[in-house]
Amino acid sequence: MVAQNIAFGIIAGITVLAAIGMVSTRNIVHAALFLVMVLGGLAANYVLLTAEFIATTQVLVYIGAVMVLFLFGIMLTRAPIGRIPQMTGATWPVAALSALALGGITVYALIDRFGTDSLATDNTVFRTADVSDSVFSQYIIPFEAVSVLLLAALIGAVVLARRD
Amino acid sequence: MTDLLGLAYWAETSIKLGVALIVIPTAALMLGYLFLLKMMAFMQSRLGPQDVGPYGTLQLIADAVKFLQKEDIHPAAADRRVFRAAPVVVLASSFLLFVVLPTGPDAVVENLDTGIFYAMAVSSLSVLGVLMAGWASANKYALLGGLRAAGQLIAYELPLILAVMGVVIQADSLNLQQIVRAQAEGEIFGFGLIGNPFILTQFVGFLIFMIAAQAELTQTPFDMPVAETELVGGFHVEYTGFRFLLFFMAEVATAFAFSALATVMFLGGWWIPGFDFDAPVLNVLGPVVMLVKILLVAFIIFWIRFTYPRLREDQLQKFAWKVLIPLSLANIVVTGIFKVVL
Repeated sequence: MVAQNIAFGIIAGITVLAAIGMVSTRNIVHAALFLVMVLGGLAANYVLLTAEFIATTQVLVYIGAVMVLFLFGIMLTRAPIGRIPQMTGATWPVAALSALALGGITVYALIDRFGTDSLATDNTVFRTADVSDSVFSQYIIPFEAVSVLLLAALIGAVVLARRD
Repeated sequence: MTDLLGLAYWAETSIKLGVALIVIPTAALMLGYLFLLKMMAFMQSRLGPQDVGPYGTLQLIADAVKFLQKEDIHPAAADRRVFRAAPVVVLASSFLLFVVLPTGPDAVVENLDTGIFYAMAVSSLSVLGVLMAGWASANKYALLGGLRAAGQLIAYELPLILAVMGVVIQADSLNLQQIVRAQAEGEIFGFGLIGNPFILTQFVGFLIFMIAAQAELTQTPFDMPVAETELVGGFHVEYTGFRFLLFFMAEVATAFAFSALATVMFLGGWWIPGFDFDAPVLNVLGPVVMLVKILLVAFIIFWIRFTYPRLREDQLQKFAWKVLIPLSLANIVVTGIFKVVL
């Protein structure tokens, strides 16, 4: 597991640096590109955790779709090159507080649920079929809840975008 | 592969890396020469390159050397770091596509379980590079080209992925080797000699995949993002020298990779009728068969590129959202019904 630990250290370091870069940069497009690096670093860590399917989904959905839409929206409206004077970072205490609160809740929930679990050390990769099996049996109710939520968001977007 | 040759992980990886570094530029050069230079010339009643090498075969290598000699120019107002990173992102996206392409029972860089899903994910990364290039150039034509490219790639990525779903349902797997195996072991009404290439049962999927791939490659009739008559070249207006070369190589290499994906999913991949699926000799013959099929698919892609006029931006978006996406969803439903019934 030594190689995995070293790889984790490097990837986590890059991810954290990119995250700091994202909140401290004075250019909105740079912030979005730093976010791409953070999401890519997370995907790399999922690969280390042998969750290949989740890593691929992370790349496809977050980098390939969400971040492209972010950048598209930013560039379509106003994205000057260089420092943007309005981006002073003056509200950082509030942002830090909410980030801490959200992070605290997530970490607590994860430790509470999976705190004693350990990763299999025999390098088995979770097969995609296993992921879908557990999604459609054990986790069917959360899956359906998320589906309905996404459908509601979809309909909401259509209603907002309608011209009449 | 490890079991076959008994190599250590690092040795195997460096061999694979070396092979990939030879194969990808060769593939790009081959497509570029055969189709972009020669075929286009013949279709336009020209001779094409003649002087460098026999029949002008070395023309692209001469061009590459010329590009490498050029001065590395940045626009004064450009965002330098993003400007430099953009072509690398685009090229990395097309290199990553080659990781999963199978060319024989063991001749594959990495036989990923998520196969085709991974290919779709990494191919979507190129949009990021295009947007970065368009924005960082500090040029309104480049920015417009980048935005058009992003809008188009978002619209056509959906039908591309949905078209693949039909194949995945029929083959029961995302893994590209399993998809080849499903075609090799399939039967057409009890006749199993040539297997069952999915182009027969998934013809609608094949059509949608080819159309969407054409759009992903921003080739005519979907070349609004690089329309030279209105945008002087789109997102790569400001690029010269080896940075432009990277964009060019990525474009042709991606065309090759998409042709290979179409071959694997719809034309039976590397399998040769009459051979055992795991026969070691297919590691040598497979790549040859793959190459012939890839050139065939690439021929169609470039044929359409040289013969069709450009679609308008609104026609292009309407075609994706109102025709291709409903059609590919219907294809999934029909495939699903057949899968359950048969």
